[in-house]
Amino acid sequence: MAKTIWYIPLLPVAGFVAALLLGKRFGNIGARISTAIMGLCIPLSFYAAYLVFTEGPISIGMTWYITGNIKISMGMLADGLSSLMLVIVSIVSFLVHLYSIGYMHGDSRFWLFYAYLQLFSASMLGLVFADNYLQLYICWELVGLCSYLLIGFWYEKQAASDAAKKAFLVTRIGDIGMLIGLLLLFFNTGTLVFGDVFGAVSSGRISSGIVTAATILIFCGAMGKSAQFPFHVWLPDAMEGPTPVSALIHAATMVAAGVYLVGRSFPIFSQSPQTMLVVAIIGTFTAIFAATIAVVQTDIKKILAYSTISQLGYMMFALGIGAFAAGMFHLMTHAFFKALLFLGSGSVIHSTHTQEIAEMGGLSKKMPTTTWTFVVGALSLSGFPLLAGFWSKDEILGFAFENGRYIIFIVGAFTAFLTAFYMFRLIFTVFYGKPGQAGEHAHESPKSMTIPLVTLGILAAIAGYVGIPFLLPAKYSIANFISGGMNLPEIKFNIVPMIISIAVGLIGILLAYLMYGKKVVPRDWFYRYVKPYYKVLVNKYYMDNFNSIAIVRPTIKFANLINRFDKSIIDGFINLVGKVTVIISKGVHIFDSGVVDGLVNWTANETYNSGKRLRLLQTGNISGYTIVMFAVLAVYVVYLIIRIQF
Amino acid sequence: MLFQNGLELKLVYFLIISAVLFCIGMYGVLTKRHLIHVLLSVELILNAVLINLVAFSSFTTPDKITGQMFAVFVIVVAACEVGVGLAIILSVYRKKRTVDINNVNILKW
Repeated sequence: MAKTIWYIPLLPVAGFVAALLLGKRFGNIGARISTAIMGLCIPLSFYAAYLVFTEGPISIGMTWYITGNIKISMGMLADGLSSLMLVIVSIVSFLVHLYSIGYMHGDSRFWLFYAYLQLFSASMLGLVFADNYLQLYICWELVGLCSYLLIGFWYEKQAASDAAKKAFLVTRIGDIGMLIGLLLLFFNTGTLVFGDVFGAVSSGRISSGIVTAATILIFCGAMGKSAQFPFHVWLPDAMEGPTPVSALIHAATMVAAGVYLVGRSFPIFSQSPQTMLVVAIIGTFTAIFAATIAVVQTDIKKILAYSTISQLGYMMFALGIGAFAAGMFHLMTHAFFKALLFLGSGSVIHSTHTQEIAEMGGLSKKMPTTTWTFVVGALSLSGFPLLAGFWSKDEILGFAFENGRYIIFIVGAFTAFLTAFYMFRLIFTVFYGKPGQAGEHAHESPKSMTIPLVTLGILAAIAGYVGIPFLLPAKYSIANFISGGMNLPEIKFNIVPMIISIAVGLIGILLAYLMYGKKVVPRDWFYRYVKPYYKVLVNKYYMDNFNSIAIVRPTIKFANLINRFDKSIIDGFINLVGKVTVIISKGVHIFDSGVVDGLVNWTANETYNSGKRLRLLQTGNISGYTIVMFAVLAVYVVYLIIRIQF
Repeated sequence: MLFQNGLELKLVYFLIISAVLFCIGMYGVLTKRHLIHVLLSVELILNAVLINLVAFSSFTTPDKITGQMFAVFVIVVAACEVGVGLAIILSVYRKKRTVDINNVNILKW
């Protein structure tokens, strides 16, 4: 029965192939079938989780390729961590498929969108399914490819295709680091299967320097995919893609792949304190960095994008300080409420046809379902008590406080304050207040779009309950489930960090209400008092400009240089060879026409000339003929006489 | 005819006469302008040959008269050849209205 788990990634592959083959005839029916396929994956994933829960991890592998004494195997690993991810990915993917029926309705390449969605789902499921680094890497790259295809789905727009390229290139840089890290691991342990690698590392056979180097390099890959500083630059631009894409890929699943990678590699990461410190520092910095930028953004999707980067920073630093279960738990809750927020924003964009929050307003009256689901999602993200996000975020902050990481705790708490603030700035501007010019014609979205919103809203509210450490007996808690066999520090319940995190969240909401709801505090006090810093924020800390000048332009200049070198020297050499050939052939031609033809012509001319001269003998003069006749006779007679004499 | 002692007829005398006649005839063939003159000169050459033949025959083998026989043949041939020659000269005259040897050069290139 465990074999049926294989179907989970394979079903979307079939959907992908079918969508490609049917093409335009795919239509609405095909979209519904694809959605149904993803819907099938949900019970299968739950079934897998159930199997793991009752029987323990399931691992099925097979040898794929043997060369010399290197053996590469492929396989499937279903344990707590991967089955949790399977459940998350299949639920969110199903809901996005359902949502896209309404959102992408009427698009000219509707079928291709679903093909890409299916391919992405298959790759993501395969990624969490893998039992070795090679399979993970293959699916990692596939997922990156799907991200490129989907961001640039509306490739007629120059900005979209540029964003797709940017995403692919930036994550590629991280992937190079990851590949080197994987190779390091492979050459030092001889295998890429998770269990074997972890065993080799923990047994102490590998030097700690190599472990640190390999893990930092693997983290590079995670930084690229999960948009950690400085590789975060692609995620805001990726908002050029359709909103379902943003919800699925850039909120819930693909960006979580980096966190999953670090989580999966936790046994070897925890062996290297330096790497853990690096992860924690980068994660914390990313969290606060992105939150500060989000505060001044005016595009609804960009706010959510920076929020995603910030929350990913949370997950990373949670893993970096050792709160493995808390980090993964936050991944789960974040997937639900961020997908909800993105789909909600898609609903808003669909009805108001704009993405600037300044043009919206007062939408709560026209779009009630969207409004309340969005509010639930925002509350969850802000860590409002009793909602899912509260439990996961609180666990992380509590862990930091417990283990003496006070700097990280303070930064994390401040970031939570900023998170609450910018989310509610968004809510009060978009959904309340006077209707803006776009709000006039707003209307609620169709059922295919609101059902996912409601579903995710419910999940965002209650999904946290599976993770509460003290509600269920330790055996059933999710922390135990996903930790598998690792011995991790227990998550204790401490009232102090909980109070602080609740407080900062409420202060943020209050401040937003004052500034944007009641408008008691003027909206531009920040602008007036710290104008230079505001400019820095609006320009995203000038990171894109820096990247453009420091990296992009030199690369293009270098490419031009090589191009000119190629044209002038290499092409010049080839042209030279051509010219020399032509000259040689001309020389041969001279020889041929001069000497050979000359010889032939000379012969002909000589024949002609000699004939011309010889015919002069024919004078027709009879006297002449007779003279010659007698002369010869005389000579003959003389000859005869001489012969007789001697 | 009275035989005079001390002056015998030698073969050489006859040969000298025939050579002289031959040369006169040759001179005529080569230099004369009139075709009839050339023909007459050719006859002269033939007669010189006759004398040569008869002289040799009567001095070396008087029994066998091969030379004299040959001479008869030569006379016959000469006669025929003159007839043919005259016919040719006549036709040339009819064509060209001249018998100057320098004008009869149709075989010129």
